[in-house]
Amino acid sequence: MALLEINDLNVSIGCTPILNNVSLQLKAGEVLGVAGESGSGKTMTALAIAGLLPASAKLTGDIVFDGTTVSDANDKEYCKIRGRDIGIVFQEPMTALNPVMTIGDQVAETVRIHQSISRRDALQIARETLAIVGLSESRFPMNRYPHNLSGGQRQRVAIAIAMALKPKLLIADEPTTALDVTTQAEVLALFRQLVKDDGIGLILVTHDLAVIAQTADRVAIMKAGEVVDMGPVSEILRDSRQLYTRALLANTKYVPLRTTAREVGPEPVLEARNVVCEYAGPRKLFGKAAPFRAVDDVSLQVYANENVGLVGESGCGKSTLLRTILGLDRAQSGEIRIFGQSFPDDRQREMKQLRQHIQVVFQDPFGTFDPRWRVRQLIAENLYLLDAPPTGMEARKKIDEILEKVGLRSSDASKFPHEFSGGQRQRIAIARALITEPAIIALDEAVSALDVSIRAQILDLLADLSDRLGMSYLFVTHDLSVTRSITDRVLVMKDGRIVEQGPTADVFARPAHPYTVELLGAIPDIDRALQSASPE
Amino acid sequence: MTNGEITIGQGKNTSVGMALGLRVGFFLVVIAVAAAAVSFVWTPYDVTAIDIASKLIPPSMQHPLGTDHFGRDILSMIMVGARYSLVVALVAVSIGAGIGVPLGLLAASRKGLISETVLRMNDLVFAFPSLLMAVMITAVYGAGAINAVTAIGIFNIPVFARVTRGAALSLWSREYILAARVAGKGSVLISVQHILPNLGGLLIVQAAVQFALAVVAEAGLSYVGLGVQPPDPSWGRMLSEAQTMIGFAPWLAIFPGLAIMLLVFGFGLIGDGLNDHLDPRIRRAR
Repeated sequence: MALLEINDLNVSIGCTPILNNVSLQLKAGEVLGVAGESGSGKTMTALAIAGLLPASAKLTGDIVFDGTTVSDANDKEYCKIRGRDIGIVFQEPMTALNPVMTIGDQVAETVRIHQSISRRDALQIARETLAIVGLSESRFPMNRYPHNLSGGQRQRVAIAIAMALKPKLLIADEPTTALDVTTQAEVLALFRQLVKDDGIGLILVTHDLAVIAQTADRVAIMKAGEVVDMGPVSEILRDSRQLYTRALLANTKYVPLRTTAREVGPEPVLEARNVVCEYAGPRKLFGKAAPFRAVDDVSLQVYANENVGLVGESGCGKSTLLRTILGLDRAQSGEIRIFGQSFPDDRQREMKQLRQHIQVVFQDPFGTFDPRWRVRQLIAENLYLLDAPPTGMEARKKIDEILEKVGLRSSDASKFPHEFSGGQRQRIAIARALITEPAIIALDEAVSALDVSIRAQILDLLADLSDRLGMSYLFVTHDLSVTRSITDRVLVMKDGRIVEQGPTADVFARPAHPYTVELLGAIPDIDRALQSASPE
Repeated sequence: MTNGEITIGQGKNTSVGMALGLRVGFFLVVIAVAAAAVSFVWTPYDVTAIDIASKLIPPSMQHPLGTDHFGRDILSMIMVGARYSLVVALVAVSIGAGIGVPLGLLAASRKGLISETVLRMNDLVFAFPSLLMAVMITAVYGAGAINAVTAIGIFNIPVFARVTRGAALSLWSREYILAARVAGKGSVLISVQHILPNLGGLLIVQAAVQFALAVVAEAGLSYVGLGVQPPDPSWGRMLSEAQTMIGFAPWLAIFPGLAIMLLVFGFGLIGDGLNDHLDPRIRRAR
């Protein structure tokens, strides 16, 4: 008998249908991947199973969990099931944990809500569960607080909370999206082990097909509130009959076509020489705090017409380095040169002139737009860098041109940023960066948060723009698959240092540094996962 | 990412109450403003005319709110008094916001010595209650409405400076500020173009609250004789003059007291209502 059976589940909020005839089955000891782009209804499906839909949502259809129909249970009845029989892990481990409670207490709390046992016994269960998820008490005492732990360790605590009562079903909603690739690999391995050892059922909701390929047994592909494709992972991801699944797969592995052969210029456009950035370390009551060296003696060059990737995991110093390159922060020593001219110490005018040549596109485009400004104003903001900024009709014409260049309409200029979709917003951000006709654009995780189909479009746009305008890109990212698909040269950063650099193809084929080897091994790869699964 | 949908459809039943409070607040304030405006062209009786024959008349057809011990009409005095309450509050809050907001923006945009200086001066001014400040100013310049305005205004500066700085600091960490810095803009330009417009709602709310407090402060100063000087009527002094006669002429204290209370209540409701109205978190929940 199936552990979970969903038949013809329909969910609507107000008059908007969210889910449409969703039917899913899950057996004990099985991992079901639920994949789809944002807005496909995959999170809503997970919430519906857990009985966590918003109060205004209307639900019809059956959700049968472990032989009982739970879809018409009220909140009180659900509270008994949730936590005890159904465990849930969310995307952001920091916000899912209470910052003022020790990790031991947080795991024990779940236990005590469902079982009338003493604090001592509950803590004993917490101890054992934390040991199972790899946080043994000898190394991670239970009186630690969430802020003492890294992102991956926090996600382990969240998993421990979900697992403490040995649930029959675990729902994980984008559990590894906020984590680095090496941590992601660990957490996914942990999931597989838990499913194998305890025979639980796991529903893994993610946008990343590679994660599904590596972890799940069966997969359901969702689109616009419907399940469009379902079956064993090896079949679905190898040759599905569904066009949508094929398109999703193609977009995941997308590599933009470069039309023209590019000639890399002889002179570096951007050069960083022995850059050192330090932060004040944790404050001590007496005496001076030891400084923390975020960027340690880094040198790099980006030549004209070149795409360079700077990869590393969170906390490796790549963002600090980027801020220094953009002249937002000052380096303790070393220098940044653009066209051979170094950043002046504190001269606004010269700084402005240099900034025309280097622009940036950030990860979350929406956050980089003043919510009260219209698109025209937002794009025109960067015109401030020019010595003689165009005004009136001239500026208007320039903005219209740039909007067309990035695939938007000139009528979009009078809209507010919230009126656009994620992909369109990233186009606006690119338009803003382009308006000063820079020689180099830094992209800070600029495509990581986008859905794969939109990511493919943006990658195409970037490739097209660099071909037409002869720009260089500096991709600062943790996403190695994007790095592989569009950079010419890659630099690998760890603990504030560049540990390896070289042509992208060479580094990916023959990584020299052990860290690069580890990093490359941790990337979820659909083809590799399917290959290793096939001998069985 | 996809979890944002969860907040839909909460707090439905409270939104009617919020809007109602805002409406009542505006209604009360509009009445006070109208009374003050009308008093320039017409009052039921001359507020300075002394008519001993008709002294201490309880509320009646001729004198809806009664008369005081000089025979002056209370309704007329409250109407004229509304002018002083509103003007003093308006000017004082303008002084406070006009100086406090730029100081707060400055303190948020420059770290180190400038920020510390602004903050410590704030603490210093904050340490003096407005009453004490008014006593000091009166001791030097003499009593009068202008001095009351100055005292309340100075008292408002650190309030605005603090609120502005706190909110501006959190705005400075936003990514669109980073984008503006990449566009080469300096801290002054960013403060004016990005920070201030995004603080607008918050500052309007704070101004409404400070209006209410300023009305009370003006009444308090007039009560002790540091505000508006006779023969101009003011709500606070009407209260203090009523004090000795409260046993046999309670209307002398009740009506000015009610006027103060309703105006403060009105500003308070506006402040609260605007806060809910302008707060994006609450607005989204509706």
